[in-house]
Amino acid sequence: MDDAFEIVVNGVAQKVTRGTTVARLISELGLGDRRVAVERNREVIPRDRHASCELAPGDRLELVTFVGGG
Amino acid sequence: MSVKSDTWSLGGRTFQSRIIVGTGKYASLDQTRAALDASGSEMVTVALRRIDFSQPGPSLLDAIDRSKYVLLPNTAGCYTAEDAVRVCRLARELGMDEFVKLEVIGDPKTLFPDNAATVDAARQLVAEGFQVLPYCGDDLVTCKRLVDAGCLAVMPLAAPIGSGLGIRNPHNIRLIIENVEVPVIVDAGVGTASDAAVAMELGCTAVLMNTGIAAAKDPVLMAHAMREAVSAGRKAFLAGRMARKAYATASSPLEGVIE
Repeated sequence: MDDAFEIVVNGVAQKVTRGTTVARLISELGLGDRRVAVERNREVIPRDRHASCELAPGDRLELVTFVGGG
Repeated sequence: MSVKSDTWSLGGRTFQSRIIVGTGKYASLDQTRAALDASGSEMVTVALRRIDFSQPGPSLLDAIDRSKYVLLPNTAGCYTAEDAVRVCRLARELGMDEFVKLEVIGDPKTLFPDNAATVDAARQLVAEGFQVLPYCGDDLVTCKRLVDAGCLAVMPLAAPIGSGLGIRNPHNIRLIIENVEVPVIVDAGVGTASDAAVAMELGCTAVLMNTGIAAAKDPVLMAHAMREAVSAGRKAFLAGRMARKAYATASSPLEGVIE
């Protein structure tokens, strides 16, 4: 059984291994302690659920932060 | 009225400053910080965007002293009520202060708001406990609908976003001020200090601007000019301007002129 599958992060397809959680994805993307909000399939995943939320094939994630704007 | 005690309130918070500034389009984070400081603002807008994984570097939040400024996340770029609500939920997850600047755009060329969708989004956001400050057209009926939906203030445009065209329809702004019970904040279109003064002389509670400062040749100096203009316009409003007359009235005595 293939232990990797595809998800879409900020509009770009990428492969993750089975069992990857939101917290691990954030860490693998090098975001470390940066302030980031996560939406998975249009639903916010609160920070206290990042470590327990496992990703599934085809998940669409938005990882966002504040930037300058009016 | 004592000018010293001239504060205003929003959702239980009291503000001294009547200028709300955006944080977009500055040359650097240092310039952003200096312009915010020069403006005297106590509330600043921010946008929410996808993280750019190729650009680690310091983030905007490193430049903003959260003890000095209330964060006002916007929903810029949203064309539907649904997307605006999603952005507000994500902003909440990022630990914003209680307010959101709701914008639902209806036309890409003018960036005019979709007023009907803005009202729909406002209802949903108020139901979810957000304190909503909506950008809207300079239309009294829309503003009344937004107040009915539970918005804390209304923020009619003075001119298209980023246009710097000034207060295009002062009469409409005045009608809104006279007919809604919430603070009226002119949002968008202020291009230079006199525009900000005009908005305040009309009786607006505050003015929100970004490009008028950020696109000036010297943004920090313009931020200072805007601060003074907002203050001057507010004082002129409180002072009550003289009545306009069609013909001259001499300022010097008419008696005792030499012959």
